[in-house]
Amino acid sequence: MAQINAQGQPYEDDEAPEPLPAPAAAATTDAIDDLLDEIDGSLQVNAEQFVRSFVQKGGE
Amino acid sequence: MILNEIPPPLDVDPARRIFGLETEFGLHLDTGAGRPVTPEEVAGHLFHSVVQWGRSSNVFLPNASRLYIDVGAHPEYATAECDTLTDLIALDKAGERIVHDLIAGGEERLRAAGVDGTIHLYKNNTDSAGNSYGCHENYLVRRRADFKAFASALLPFLVTRQIVTGAGTITRTPSGAHYSFSPRADHMWEGMSSATTRSRPMINTRDEPHANAELYRRMHVIVGDSTMAEPTALLKVGSTDLILRLMEARVPLPELTLAREMQAIRDVAHDLTGRATVELADGRRLTAVQVQQTYLDAVRAHVGGLIERTDEVDQILDLWQRGIDAVRTQDFSLVATELDWAIKHRLVMRYRDRLGCALDDARLARLELAFHDVSPQRGLFYRLQNQGLVRRIVSEEAIEAAKTRAPQTTRARLRGEFVEKALASGRDFTVDWVHLKIAGSSGTTVLLKDPFRSEDARVDALIDLLETV
Repeated sequence: MAQINAQGQPYEDDEAPEPLPAPAAAATTDAIDDLLDEIDGSLQVNAEQFVRSFVQKGGE
Repeated sequence: MILNEIPPPLDVDPARRIFGLETEFGLHLDTGAGRPVTPEEVAGHLFHSVVQWGRSSNVFLPNASRLYIDVGAHPEYATAECDTLTDLIALDKAGERIVHDLIAGGEERLRAAGVDGTIHLYKNNTDSAGNSYGCHENYLVRRRADFKAFASALLPFLVTRQIVTGAGTITRTPSGAHYSFSPRADHMWEGMSSATTRSRPMINTRDEPHANAELYRRMHVIVGDSTMAEPTALLKVGSTDLILRLMEARVPLPELTLAREMQAIRDVAHDLTGRATVELADGRRLTAVQVQQTYLDAVRAHVGGLIERTDEVDQILDLWQRGIDAVRTQDFSLVATELDWAIKHRLVMRYRDRLGCALDDARLARLELAFHDVSPQRGLFYRLQNQGLVRRIVSEEAIEAAKTRAPQTTRARLRGEFVEKALASGRDFTVDWVHLKIAGSSGTTVLLKDPFRSEDARVDALIDLLETV
């Protein structure tokens, strides 16, 4: 169990667990925008052709 | 001879369970103009190095997991037997890296064959033509006479859990596109069956426990989505395990039998508001939020009693509740760093707003594929995770170690050690889930029927034989 990420607080037995602290909403939005800035160029190149070329038979 | 002395089955704590995850990956060669290349040919090049050392495209690895090419040229990775969720998540994530490590060699061989292109592997469930492939969950359960009734009691849970553990997807229809909870939901055709490719059931009932069949059965759940985020996997397998624990202890579960499961799974998938109702066999109509809350409350009532309270159980219950709350209140930020459908929803909607396009735009489909790309550098999910925008459950070290090291507390340890030593010896050998065998020598097959047993003198003797003959 040592691999459990330590972000969760150790809980008291009879207390409801606290929600995990989420990154501040504005900071998260900025980070996602930065990431989208980085990938925007490559995602737009031949997007339709790229997507359509991914065809396989079904599996299971 | 010692190899024939089969040890008696271990007496196992009912809370201990064997888990396994099987993932079929989408295989995509992105190439410019040039001759057409079939997925089979790409898969052949991708697995060339595997065939080189394993003499087959269907091998067991030193981490005791199985790697092979499945129906439809899908690379498939099946984790070894795990008895903790953290081992399972680490081994599953290790599998993504193991298949990803094959790409460079595959591209090189394609180039030598005159094809210049980039191979992408996606941990997702559909291609762009709408073909589906799966992520199968395995739960070892104690054998009982009423298995079909036992398994069918799980169906209302499986139909509705997609509101928390679904992968999320853009669904395209003739009248436009919308965001749904689960890409798999539309591909399910019945509740239970022993077939998988002809008819897609939610639970596969083929009686193949890979263990002592007098004691065990395998609950083979094939309705789930492949998921990227570690907390989603924790919740998907962890909540199902908790429900199974109650069922195995014969705790009566709330009566939630659905009138029409196939209709229900689709209705739930396509209603992100969580307000669509499903019809129960007794005539009631409940939302997926209500059904999931009923199951969660049933589990909670036994925490501290039948279910031992651990940090991990608390984490599962907390995330389960926040997932339900996110749908009920429509505040997706409650789980936007933990549950796949919400992580992807935020990204897709943000990109749509920037582009000012409709949801069926090809650039958003391209974004979805990038999200599921298993490449640690290129994959969009991993870029989010590396920026700290997705919560982790297991450490990098644990995942890297799991690429070559079997789980140490189950039968996997025995298989992993044998595979590693047999490869080092250069001897021919064959391995499956329950057998270890040195080829060409009689009487040296070891049958491992107890998946909980991690130590066995017969395997030690077999490994000694590798070095002496």
